[in-house]
Amino acid sequence: MTVQTSRADVIARLTQSGQRGVLRFLTCGSVDDGKSTLIGRLLYDSKLLFEDQINVLEKDSRKHGTAGDEIDFALLLDGLEAEREQGITIDVAYRFFATEKRKFVVADTPGHEQYTRNMATGASTADVAVMMIDARKGVLVQTLRHTYIARMMGIRHIVLAVNKMDLVDHARGRFHEIVADYLKSADDLGFETITPIPMSARYGDNVTHRSESMSWHQGPTLLEHLETLDVDSDVQNEPFRMPVQWVNRPNLNFRGYSGTIVSGTVQPGDAIVIAQSGLTATVERIVTADGDLERAVAGEAVTLVLDREIDISRGDVIAAAEARPEVTDQFAAEVLWMSGDDLLPGRSYLLKIGTATTPATISSLKYRVDINTYEKKPSRKLEMNGIGQCNLSTARPIAFDPYHKIRDMGAFILIDRFTNQTVGAGMIEFGLRRASNIHHHAMDVSKSDRAQIKGQKPAILWFTGLSGAGKSTVANIVERKLAAAGHHTYSLDGDNVRHGLNRDLGFTDEDRVENIRRIGEVGKLFVDAGLLVTCSFISPFRSERRMVRELVEGDEFVEVFIDTPLEICMQRDPKGLYKKAQAGEIKNFTGFDSPYEAPENPEIRVDTSEISAEEAADQVIAKLREMGRLG
Amino acid sequence: MSDITATVRAYADRFKSAKTRERPLSAHLKALEAESIHIMREVAAEFANPVMLYSIGKDSAVMLHLALKAFYPSRPPFPLQHVDSTFKFREMIAFRDAIAKELGLEIRVEINEDGRARGINPFDHGSQVHTQVMKTEALRNAMTRHKYDAAFGGARRDEEKSRAKERIFSFRDGNHGWDPKNQRPELWHNYNTKIRQGESIRVFPLSNWTELDIWQYILEEDIPIVPLYYAAERPVVERDGQTIMVDDERLPLKEGEKPELKMVRFRTLGCYPLTGAIMSNATTLEEIVLEMLTARTSERSGRLIDHDEAGSMEKKKREGYF
Repeated sequence: MTVQTSRADVIARLTQSGQRGVLRFLTCGSVDDGKSTLIGRLLYDSKLLFEDQINVLEKDSRKHGTAGDEIDFALLLDGLEAEREQGITIDVAYRFFATEKRKFVVADTPGHEQYTRNMATGASTADVAVMMIDARKGVLVQTLRHTYIARMMGIRHIVLAVNKMDLVDHARGRFHEIVADYLKSADDLGFETITPIPMSARYGDNVTHRSESMSWHQGPTLLEHLETLDVDSDVQNEPFRMPVQWVNRPNLNFRGYSGTIVSGTVQPGDAIVIAQSGLTATVERIVTADGDLERAVAGEAVTLVLDREIDISRGDVIAAAEARPEVTDQFAAEVLWMSGDDLLPGRSYLLKIGTATTPATISSLKYRVDINTYEKKPSRKLEMNGIGQCNLSTARPIAFDPYHKIRDMGAFILIDRFTNQTVGAGMIEFGLRRASNIHHHAMDVSKSDRAQIKGQKPAILWFTGLSGAGKSTVANIVERKLAAAGHHTYSLDGDNVRHGLNRDLGFTDEDRVENIRRIGEVGKLFVDAGLLVTCSFISPFRSERRMVRELVEGDEFVEVFIDTPLEICMQRDPKGLYKKAQAGEIKNFTGFDSPYEAPENPEIRVDTSEISAEEAADQVIAKLREMGRLG
Repeated sequence: MSDITATVRAYADRFKSAKTRERPLSAHLKALEAESIHIMREVAAEFANPVMLYSIGKDSAVMLHLALKAFYPSRPPFPLQHVDSTFKFREMIAFRDAIAKELGLEIRVEINEDGRARGINPFDHGSQVHTQVMKTEALRNAMTRHKYDAAFGGARRDEEKSRAKERIFSFRDGNHGWDPKNQRPELWHNYNTKIRQGESIRVFPLSNWTELDIWQYILEEDIPIVPLYYAAERPVVERDGQTIMVDDERLPLKEGEKPELKMVRFRTLGCYPLTGAIMSNATTLEEIVLEMLTARTSERSGRLIDHDEAGSMEKKKREGYF
């Protein structure tokens, strides 16, 4: 046997499929629709399974399979043992195959409503969605759900795979009925292409080979369609954007900014701007380990050298000077919630967009979308897999473009600040003008002027602890002693707030968060006025206390943890509340049937079980003096 | 062995000053390369104490190559960590040492000294115990000792079923364990890097590469690899359907076994008593790739540890194996 083995020949042979690039698609549909079978069939028919994989598959089919003595292709994909046993695909699995024309990455995602987040994950990097429909069942609620998620995630091409045609006698009429039914809902959602294909995945009909039983189908097979579909995005034609990942500084003579270009093109000589700061410069070099480039395009990872030294760090976006992204701290976005703890407006999360990370809150939830019916419904929270239209505000301004224009400039994740879990994914729609129109009015008298007159450093003294711990009692004595010493104070507690400002709020988790947010904002105004503000609230959640802490400047929030053990609080029970909770008359009572998250690093910690309230107050004041808050 | 030194030295020279490439990289490899570089830069920027796990094999060679490119003209801002089970092929160790020396990289070597003192070996204790003690435990020791908060691994999603569902940024708890039911959703290229003290993240920059992509990239980028990947006459014995190389005198020969010189090469490298060779005449990269194109057996079948029991890789991963 003679084979040509020159390097050029081998590379030429290899790149036949590589040059058409990679097509990434996801399959959606429930486990009964034959989605895993379809992918298994694609791999099998493309001769991409190795002998040992086929052997394992045959062994597994006998053990777990649901296809009788035949090979159960679904077993190829359901990777995790637990899933295999339960017979459902829980997580996103990525599969790879190639034909002579193209390379493919398949994201196989689960179909049930509780796995909406998994499908969104698969869709976030996909070009095409293959919607599986069981020909016997037709368009189902879940088909509409998957279609909504595909649209939301910005997928532009849909394949409507009407499967199991063998079970409806390959009836042309049934196929057209289903297609018409689907187009009624999906036609005006703005997909670029919707391609219906009748198939039978189990036998490969119209998957990899034309079906003899369905010769009436004039269109392509699934594989033909995927091989030839043009998915080039226009992101190259959008303005240049590159979020800075890493400042490249090997020695004093070189300073570059490394990142991946997310849209547009760049050349030496181009005028650029740092979106957040507005500083401008000119691109001098595009550096890579393969030599300097004359031009770089979206998708490339490069290092830019500029003609002058300006202040740039990770999180900045380098952009075309003549077409800048919007910079704002308030914007509207569609948010998909992915956590078992509900999304609560007012709670603080970390938002990561591009390479920038900043604290952020959902300032309002405008509505929730019922993705089964596409109806908008009012809501005060989002549960796991819920999708809602939200306004967000960030602690620092971010640079963005709308998600549907430049995906990577409008996509963000939300991270829980305590568990570090990824709890939400968002797609920015537009900036809210409010931020640029409501300018902070420059006052002639400043916070420091007001504080100076009073001879003190203003602060929020935040007393937290269980009910009955002695928060209000100690706070009251602290204020009395401060006032007696000539300090200017104010006190906020449940009574004077709940009866007025927060009269409209109840005791659900979301109302508790809003309660604390409002108190924090009022406290902030009093600090601005130069006062020492005592606040006594159970405030059981770390995230809410942190939210208040972040409203004011670094040392203006003093967390006072009244750390009295629960048994003692229950003994004291000054308002008889624990008794009621034990009798089941009060639900969600903190420390009893609702958690209390103790502060990890409070500025002041006092245990009142051994000392009197007077002594506790003295300890607090001594600490405040030590911290220099009392002038 | 002097061949290894010369090859690696020439390779190191390429990163002293970048030269424009003669032939453009294939489109799909360029996209994979850019994705991997992006991942590596995220880790370098967001973690305090990252490390690259370096197994000396072809995937590690590609991963290291990507790191050298990602930070150019800087050096990769993290050390390499090798877990030495003491049963690696001798040629692998020579290659590792040449890479460290010629590229001026810090390669830390972890050996489970307790296991070595107890004489743990794959012959007497079986592949499972050997792997658990000399690889999994050694790796955990290294992670704990050096307090790494992020570790690059060369695993790919196409290798094995449980890996198809692994994240690129894969969270590990304080005991380096993996909980497949509690993985963080991973959308777009937006990676959540937040962890608490003592926790860590395993990062897999080659997740979306296939075995063929790896070989094609090695070919197009001309990346040096351990010569064991090339066919040569080597002393081997046939055992349990596998061809095992007699790399040193520690391999106990069974009744009737006699090492024979055969033209063989390896598709994957690990501990020599646990790594099966294949019959091959492929002595150049080009021939290896052509052989790959017609291969009908997937690469992990050469790894004895995977055959121990079904779902075995998932179990190992939960315990901290890569």
